[in-house]
Amino acid sequence: MTIDSTLTVSRPPSFLRQVIMLSAKELAIELRTKETVPAIVIFSVASLITFQFAFDLRGATLTLVAPGVLWVAILFASLLALGRSFAREIERGSLDGILASPVDPAAFYLAKVLGNLSFMLVLVAVTVPLSAALFGIDLFRPFLILIMFLGSFGIAAVGTILSAVAANTRAREALLPILLLPLLVPVILGAVRGTAMVLDGRPWQELQSWAGMLIAYDTLFAALSAMLFHHVVEK
Amino acid sequence: MTTRQTVVASESRQPPVLAVGCRGLTKSYGEVVALRAVNLSIEAGARVVIFGRNGAGKTTLIKLLAGLLRPTAGSVLVSGRRPWGSAGTVRARIGLVTHQSYLYDELSARENLRFYARLYGVSNSENKIEESLARFSLENRTREPVRNLSRGLQQRVSLARAMLHDPELLLLDEPDTGLDPSARQSLQGVLHNSGSALTAVIATHDIDLGLALGNRTIVLESGRIARDSLVDGSTDATTERAGILETLLSGNSR
Repeated sequence: MTIDSTLTVSRPPSFLRQVIMLSAKELAIELRTKETVPAIVIFSVASLITFQFAFDLRGATLTLVAPGVLWVAILFASLLALGRSFAREIERGSLDGILASPVDPAAFYLAKVLGNLSFMLVLVAVTVPLSAALFGIDLFRPFLILIMFLGSFGIAAVGTILSAVAANTRAREALLPILLLPLLVPVILGAVRGTAMVLDGRPWQELQSWAGMLIAYDTLFAALSAMLFHHVVEK
Repeated sequence: MTTRQTVVASESRQPPVLAVGCRGLTKSYGEVVALRAVNLSIEAGARVVIFGRNGAGKTTLIKLLAGLLRPTAGSVLVSGRRPWGSAGTVRARIGLVTHQSYLYDELSARENLRFYARLYGVSNSENKIEESLARFSLENRTREPVRNLSRGLQQRVSLARAMLHDPELLLLDEPDTGLDPSARQSLQGVLHNSGSALTAVIATHDIDLGLALGNRTIVLESGRIARDSLVDGSTDATTERAGILETLLSGNSR
């Protein structure tokens, strides 16, 4: 007997098109359900207000503490979004539908990262002006957008793959932060220091070492995660 | 236990073309062995129906063929290639229906089909979607979120999704779940009308439906093939049915 390899081959879409289609699906479902973004925004607003009452953020301590407060609020709120990212796919059984399709697992991972990143950027768009208003600081500076983007991307890149790891376990809600927070130390360090420098009005030359570290971290973890993702989801 | 092997080589001079080839296929979940060294060859165009008690390994076999599981030992080839990992071109040839619908509850039937049509690179997708919806009598329920549909209607959408890209290998795990008689007839019609372009592997507990759909029957017992026989025009359905039942029940009494 011969194994057939001459049958007509279907043409799955290109890698880039797969990423775009799957990201669009993430956004379409969020627009339809409004399950994630409102929850993380409300959580971060509540956190910032709590911090405002808990700490005496005045005078000299303000620019030292405010960046940390802002990033802790963003990080904890993003855990909610990341935790649901794959859990929802598994609960509804759609994960196997994607894995049984011609989609490259790496494209699926990158689409999830882009989906989570877009949710986080909405979160940032709310928390930054709110922090400016609550703490009375000027956060509207050009380099801040870069630092916020790089920090958010790092959280999304590492959080997405660990969300897939945690989603297959019973204690997924507890496991995700346990796995994620230690790995995010470099991102939080770079993002907080970078944000503090922007608030201090330091020049780009001083800021670029932290920005460079964030770019290197983001690139390394996104590339590694994309390569390893099929090992995480296969059974 | 007697294993009946009545599958014979084709009489034609050309060797038959294989759609699926499994050698020593074994799958374990921890200490539980779901499939034990299964050797299975399925010719292109065959309709293979798999019977077996709960836990016999039917779903595991279907998922291995679909590339959703990686074998613990042995090999599985679909159209000559491994179906898992980054083998997207192989999975593009496969249609799969399992206990889960693989549908997005928040999206409508049409939106789900459009999404999967794009993932599989279906050309002329809007016409194909219309055809698929009509084939399973879903034209009037295309705008509602899938979560509002009954189990049977969701199963129809799931079947439409699996056949949207004209797969060469159709894997159906208990496809009759929740289907009413007209939908079962639609399914039978699709399988009968698709000719030799389609190879199908169907797992079911319904022996009558299986005999109506298939031209080869396999009984799995504890992860092994306990019975494998061809069903053609000369086969007496009553005898075949009795043979399948006997194998299933003999496994039960063991």
